[in-house]
Amino acid sequence: MEKVGDYDELVNLKATELRLGLPGTEETVSCGKSNKRALPDDDTEKEIESTGKTETASPPKAQIVGWPPVRSYRRNSIQTKKNESEGQGNYVKVSMDGAPYLRKIDLTVYKKYPELMKSLENMFKFSVGEYFEREGYKGSDFVPTYEDKDGDWMLVGDVPWEMFVSSCKRLRIMKGSEVKGLGCGV
Amino acid sequence: MNYFPEEVIEHVFNFIASHRDRNSISLVCKSWHKIERFCRKKVFIGNCYAINPERLIRRFPCLKSLTLKGKPHFADFNLVPYEWGGFVHPWIEALSSSHVGLEELRLKRMVVTDESLDLLSRSFPNFKSLVLVSCEGFTTDGLASIASNCRHLRELDLQENEIDDHRGQWLNCFPDSCTTLTSLNFACLKGETNVAALERLVARSPNLKTLKLNRAVPLDALARLMSCAPQLVDLGVGSYENEPDPESFRKLMAAIQKCSSLRSLSGFLEAAPLCLPAFYPVCQNLISLNLSYAAEIRGNHLIKLIQLCKRLQRLWILDSIGDKGLVVVAATCKELQELRVFPSDLHGEEDNNNAAVTEVGLVAISAGCPKLHSILYFCKQMTNAALITVAKNCPNFIRFRLCILEPHKPDHITSQSLDEGFGAIVQACKGLRRLSVSGLLNDQVFLYIGMYAEELEMLSIAFAGETDKGMLYVLNGCKKLRKLEIRDSPFGNAALLADVHKYETMRSLWMSSCEVTLGGCKRLAQNSPRLNVEIINESESNRMERNEEDERDKVDKLYLYRTVVGTRKDAPPYVRIL
Repeated sequence: MEKVGDYDELVNLKATELRLGLPGTEETVSCGKSNKRALPDDDTEKEIESTGKTETASPPKAQIVGWPPVRSYRRNSIQTKKNESEGQGNYVKVSMDGAPYLRKIDLTVYKKYPELMKSLENMFKFSVGEYFEREGYKGSDFVPTYEDKDGDWMLVGDVPWEMFVSSCKRLRIMKGSEVKGLGCGV
Repeated sequence: MNYFPEEVIEHVFNFIASHRDRNSISLVCKSWHKIERFCRKKVFIGNCYAINPERLIRRFPCLKSLTLKGKPHFADFNLVPYEWGGFVHPWIEALSSSHVGLEELRLKRMVVTDESLDLLSRSFPNFKSLVLVSCEGFTTDGLASIASNCRHLRELDLQENEIDDHRGQWLNCFPDSCTTLTSLNFACLKGETNVAALERLVARSPNLKTLKLNRAVPLDALARLMSCAPQLVDLGVGSYENEPDPESFRKLMAAIQKCSSLRSLSGFLEAAPLCLPAFYPVCQNLISLNLSYAAEIRGNHLIKLIQLCKRLQRLWILDSIGDKGLVVVAATCKELQELRVFPSDLHGEEDNNNAAVTEVGLVAISAGCPKLHSILYFCKQMTNAALITVAKNCPNFIRFRLCILEPHKPDHITSQSLDEGFGAIVQACKGLRRLSVSGLLNDQVFLYIGMYAEELEMLSIAFAGETDKGMLYVLNGCKKLRKLEIRDSPFGNAALLADVHKYETMRSLWMSSCEVTLGGCKRLAQNSPRLNVEIINESESNRMERNEEDERDKVDKLYLYRTVVGTRKDAPPYVRIL
């Protein structure tokens, strides 16, 4: 399975990497504590990652139900942490002022801000204006904001994309009068 | 014949708290049985299907505290399908319509609904304490009922439950008049927490000794909470990620320094290790430390922390501590009594995981911690030599649970089975009450267990044994055996049927993926009116269609238990009670 990616580094690494593994098995980049995530940009790969957690460097071990004997609560906690650090789907809620219900999107699907904005614009049928480093978003009543890990509401677009994805807990598209204080022509 | 008036005897009985002793007392004579039942306040029911609520209430009309356990232990590992049973509702209903003045309810592995919690909260005006461990089926709405209606609530302790978090305002539901809380543990809630409501609650609870927060409570809130509650004894930290700004850190340090009563620390569910130094001042007083959910705390940060905890008696940790870390524990924690080392990598994916633990760490701990009596140890490899050394160093084990992650794994140096190693453990540890074995094991280990483990009450076997003899050695030898659970081991009908009466002396037997057949189970059930023999066959939808069943078919899961109330009526269709 060819992995075509923007990340040339990754591709080269893969080509020269020596590993034990059955041909055709892919491995999710083992991230440990770094913030780098493997960004699968090809659907088939994502499918494997989501269904086969045993696709690893070594021959996949058959998963035995209930083994090792770890309480399911603890097991789920480890898995959630792993997913979060490996970026296997980072779903965040998106609310839009005035909309009757919220949506959820997977941030790991996007690689940069314009992609995310486009998707949000399509989802909620609005337009976000243009981003300026100092003034924020101009040209629209709508401003995209997000809640970060400290609980603060921040303007989308200020920090590098990776930092945003790892710290974003939820998104809120602010509208109208509230917007004045935040991003528009401060 | 009584030489004392009943009131005097009752007065004496009230000093006896242990339910086992109480059970013994009640067997002495009819008169003692009668006196005892009217003064028993705490009742423990290890299997909710062994008895029914009506009989419980009839026998113990004055009960104030009830402990109930539902699903079998292997339900923890997803081996028991959802809706197998263990519903608490009938119990609460029955208690509610009786005159019982329930004050405390402790449930483990039971299905609890919001309806049950609501009924509970409205039925007992003096209700004080709710402890739920590994339960499921309820949401934060149920918690809201408890908070709103239990005027005298002292304890709400939620341990590792699967709770649907509706992110409602359950914390707000504690009325302003509620000032009696001594213990609040909501660490397992996954959603956001109304931090302001929590702060107000903590501020008006001067007797609060235990507070365990969930992920959603951030650093600055923690500092404020601790300043309101310097009397805390047991703290579960929620989360603090990222490096704290100096001001937040300073405030946290100041708050912690006032907590001179703090003895137990847990949580750190999402923790930036750089915040740990704030806790250094209290480490010297800690007797219990649970870092088993703190995957980010490892390496030097972890070591530094542990080196300060010289009085530690209980340590729960992840295997990322490594053998090196365990050597530090052995050198520092001379008072250690209980150690649990959990796996951080469940699927063996990180192959070059140098940090996992091996027999080296276990031996170090056994050598350094003379008071160790309880261990749960997940590791990648083990040797007989190590186990023999551990047995020599620590003859005081009452609980010894060793889980080698790879099934059937032999001694990694000699390639032999681990029978001799475990044999040494049971021979040396005369007080052993609970044992879990793993790795490559033949029948020999069970011969040793049957011969030496005289006090053994609970035995867990997985991927072990060769023939029926193994199981027979255990059933014949362990006179005090109460719970036996076996999976993926070659024990069959001959072992199962050898001594049917044995099971009436035990609480329960679990056998899954073994060699017992439907025919064997049927024979067992026929001869045992006081046993419920349950066959769980979830994947058998096709079998339902076949009308004739083959008695030679192997049974997926067998769960049998003694009971005085016959077959239960609440079993789902895939559970067949013979």
